[in-house]
Amino acid sequence: MTGSMRLAQGGRIDRSKPLRFTFNGKSYTGYQGDTLASALIANGVHLIARSMKYHRPRGIMAAGSDDPNCMVQLAKGARTEPNLKATQIALYDGLEATSVNVFPSLDFDIGAVNGLLAPFMTAGFYYKTFMPSQAFWNKVAEPVIRRAAGFGKAPDAPDPDVYDHCHVHCDVMVVGGGPAGLAAAKAAAATGARVMLADEQSEFGGCLLSLDRTIGGKPCAEWVAETVAELDAAEEVRLLPRTTVTGLYDQNYMVAVEQRIADLTRSSPANPRMRVWHIRARQVVLAAGSHERPLVFADNDRPGTMLAGAALTYLNRYGALPARHALLVTNNDWAYETALTLAANDVQVTVADTRRDVAGDLTDKLTAAGIALKTNRTVTGVTGGKHVTRVTLKAMNDTRDGVTGEAEEIDVNGLIVSGGYSPAVHLHCHVGGKLAFDDERACFVPATARDGLRCVGGTAGHFTIAEAIADGLSAGRAAAVDAGLKSGRAPKALAVEGDIASGAGAIEPMWLMPADKAPNRSKAKFFVDYQNDTGAADIALAAREGFDSVEHMKRYTLTGFGTDQGKLGNINGLAILAQLTGRTISETGTTTFRPPYTPVTFGALAGRDVGDMMDPVRVTSIHDWHVSAGAEFEDVGQWKRPWYFPKAGETMHQAVARECRAARTGVGVLDASTLGKIEVTGKDAGEFLDRVYTNMMSSLKVGFVRYGLMLGEDGMVSDDGTASRIADNRYLITTTTGGAASVFQRLEDYLQTEWPDLDVYLTSVTEQWATVTVSGPKARFLLERLTELPLDPDSFAFMTFQDAQVAGLPARIYRISFTGELSFEVAVAWHHGKALWEAVMEAGHDLGVTPYGTETMHVLRAEKGFIIVGQETDGTLTPDDLGMNWIVSKKKADFVGKRSLIRPDTVREDRKQLVGLLPDDAGFVVPEGAQLVDDPVTLKDVPHFEPPGLDGAPIYRAGKGSPVPMLGHVTSSYWSDALGRSFALGLVKRGRTRHGETIHAPLGDRTVAMKIVDPVFYDAEGSRRDG
Amino acid sequence: MLLIRCPYCGLRPEVEFSYGGEAHISRPEDPNALNDEEWGDFLFMRANQKGAFRERWVHTHGCRRWFNVLRDTSSHEIHATYEVGAPKPDVPGAAKPVRKPRARKSAKP
Repeated sequence: MTGSMRLAQGGRIDRSKPLRFTFNGKSYTGYQGDTLASALIANGVHLIARSMKYHRPRGIMAAGSDDPNCMVQLAKGARTEPNLKATQIALYDGLEATSVNVFPSLDFDIGAVNGLLAPFMTAGFYYKTFMPSQAFWNKVAEPVIRRAAGFGKAPDAPDPDVYDHCHVHCDVMVVGGGPAGLAAAKAAAATGARVMLADEQSEFGGCLLSLDRTIGGKPCAEWVAETVAELDAAEEVRLLPRTTVTGLYDQNYMVAVEQRIADLTRSSPANPRMRVWHIRARQVVLAAGSHERPLVFADNDRPGTMLAGAALTYLNRYGALPARHALLVTNNDWAYETALTLAANDVQVTVADTRRDVAGDLTDKLTAAGIALKTNRTVTGVTGGKHVTRVTLKAMNDTRDGVTGEAEEIDVNGLIVSGGYSPAVHLHCHVGGKLAFDDERACFVPATARDGLRCVGGTAGHFTIAEAIADGLSAGRAAAVDAGLKSGRAPKALAVEGDIASGAGAIEPMWLMPADKAPNRSKAKFFVDYQNDTGAADIALAAREGFDSVEHMKRYTLTGFGTDQGKLGNINGLAILAQLTGRTISETGTTTFRPPYTPVTFGALAGRDVGDMMDPVRVTSIHDWHVSAGAEFEDVGQWKRPWYFPKAGETMHQAVARECRAARTGVGVLDASTLGKIEVTGKDAGEFLDRVYTNMMSSLKVGFVRYGLMLGEDGMVSDDGTASRIADNRYLITTTTGGAASVFQRLEDYLQTEWPDLDVYLTSVTEQWATVTVSGPKARFLLERLTELPLDPDSFAFMTFQDAQVAGLPARIYRISFTGELSFEVAVAWHHGKALWEAVMEAGHDLGVTPYGTETMHVLRAEKGFIIVGQETDGTLTPDDLGMNWIVSKKKADFVGKRSLIRPDTVREDRKQLVGLLPDDAGFVVPEGAQLVDDPVTLKDVPHFEPPGLDGAPIYRAGKGSPVPMLGHVTSSYWSDALGRSFALGLVKRGRTRHGETIHAPLGDRTVAMKIVDPVFYDAEGSRRDG
Repeated sequence: MLLIRCPYCGLRPEVEFSYGGEAHISRPEDPNALNDEEWGDFLFMRANQKGAFRERWVHTHGCRRWFNVLRDTSSHEIHATYEVGAPKPDVPGAAKPVRKPRARKSAKP
């Protein structure tokens, strides 16, 4: 279509404010108040997109979020946004939009050849074609299909925009600002209730913005303006235009997304692009309206095909003519308003009704407007490559399942369709609301009542404005009363004039229109779900192949997926399925409605919780020093821990080797502040610790430290650490860095719920103590420079602690060792941590004191065979599996997990056990997680698929024998500077009985043989502990 | 996101709480007196019922106290919250009491 399709006057656009925009690089002009879709229609542009599978030309069908076709890519660069609907984009000056899913261009699209391949691309096509091989899918099929079928492009730069979240409470939340919603808000506000009203459009009024009605004696546009002004002025009312309530959840909690800015380039941190509202309402009034359904006939997707309600909207609200010669195909009375309005704007209109009889008053109106009416008609074909040019009609036979008589051809440039309306019941269903099929109105309506939720107007299946206004007034008032407001006097009823059709009985269901040939025998496509290119033939195929449950049909045919979630197509699809399987629509049922109602961009959900704000970061008091020393950091839970401290030009391997050497031959220092620390006080503290550790803690003398293991009730190792007895009724226990919070919570649980009789109190002191570990043969020499406390082994025994001044700071020194070397852990008040660290670094300068990170800590402890809970263990290992029976008390009658240690499964002899592993190739560090097997297999020995060759077919290698049994895996693996070779810890079935044997780690292209050895690699006799 | 009434702090959002599974399952007084099946029952078997369900929650980011909740697992309606050791509240409108978890010989009531 060429030439301007804009009416000279009328509509809600501002003709004094022209806006320039481009679509696919071509410039156009629209007006303030247009959407991208209405501006394109006014410019005669209907071809907007290509369909996903067949690349068929597609146009604008609807005027809101229900449109399945007209997705565009908006803006450029970092702010570009894919898959927005042209019907929802408010026009702004300088807007740039392009089509998605076209190559090389919208007009000439190579993918359209897919249309010729259509017979091979039926429902289940993906599953059937690509099931044989994962490799073929990954390397060939998926990338090609993605390019052909993918919609828009994601931005490739970080999102420069800011998104906010707001949390609010209200008495009455009204969802939808059409006639029912406005009336409800008005009635609720009259009681003084705190009311919120949200509508996804930029203007309130809903369908009233497109209709000609009189409400309370006023033109409806005037009534809308007055009502909105009245609500806007009310103190307790908050109006949220451009806001979609995307989900309704339990307790009337809602999430709504407000599009604050049309022109994205105007977004700034002070002017957030979107706002996510978290709304808790005492009462909800759901006035979300309804969605018009298309009719299913041959080639019902040609550009220029449009829903009747949408045509009316483009005409009345935007002053844009959808066609000059139009055919309206309908099965209901409501669509006649469009025919009459088109005719009033000098459009030549023909009406084809599927029904045999049409009410006399309607036929009279058509006659008066000069509109030809053809009854008992079906559409048997639509021609027009990129725009509809001709429609073929035939009469239906007596049984109304086939056609009869001669074909009539009508030349048109617009095909207007209406198959009736489906209430927008989504939010009602989000909270478990049930639906019932209303035969009178041919639609699903809410069938269950829920406290605090009322469905009104179109959402309740009440499609006339008179019903909607009456519904809204009574529901708004009732909601306010239920929310606890005094009712006052009832709102005045509002007379509505101008509804063309009555509420019920104005429709004859017509799901699949009779045709020359059944859809599965026809070359034409009978589209049900436009976005997914699902046709009636696909649904028939699904039913034939046994996918006759509506949920199965959905997944097999893709009906109802995508950005429109089947707002147009779902009901037609399930009704056709019902017909094919001989069930009623009620028996067939609907698929599940799930949030969000419309797509939500991830940026909005993330809000301000991005970048540094995404997750709390915990740092020690020494952190700044680590940063200035150039440390690389590792995340341990929320903590930032130094991983290693590279010197200029050093690789990680070199740095770790140097740090290990320092701790083994000189002196190293570690920031150990992050270990979880819990103070356990009370007269039953010892008894309590006896119950939660595997070993005895009540016998510990004051001043002594003991290593301890905690189990779950299932007998599996859950955490480890030390317990120090500070005083008779006071212990300090440590936990793993990552386990601190969960251990604390578990101990609290036992105290509060199982043993409330125990006199025990827990206090987390993790961030009260900064801890510096000084480790190595020169550790004592260094520390003696900072304290007067005698540190020789006779004065300060292993596994004891003493209080002292260190570098002038009050400190507690523990003689414990996680490296196997002479070690002192010096704890000071958190805020003294950095001072202590700097004093240690200065005092040890001439000794070559070396800071080391977690990697070196891991290597040193692994050389000693010390486990790390969470690395060697995974919640399936008992103390015995780890060779740690020495720490399990035989004396105690009970402790957490004890009973489980004699369950049949935990005493199995073939359990996996901790072992040491030495690769035959001493220079090779086996990856952690490598599986261990007995046979020295390589990949070529076992049956597998290989990536496809040039012909695209994956290659199956038979190999010999069956897959080999997996006996365990490598848990830790490092290069050891002290051993001069690689080594590993691992878990192997019956591993302790297999020392000296060889086991293999198949790594794809090579298989590494490893000798099973004792897990203690270094200083087994413990001679280095005392320095 | 639910609002949950902590018996100590009042109505607070769900994100402040952690879930603790089925309530009123006590650790046996003497685990050694149980045979393997009974102990396995205590460790692993839970009612997992649809409808009114008594369960444990802890106000992790609040008072850190454990308490019990009577919640409908299909509608998520919270009928009551109550302190550990307090009498079990009745299910509103229920003709018969909540189905008890599978009887365990040694489990405390």
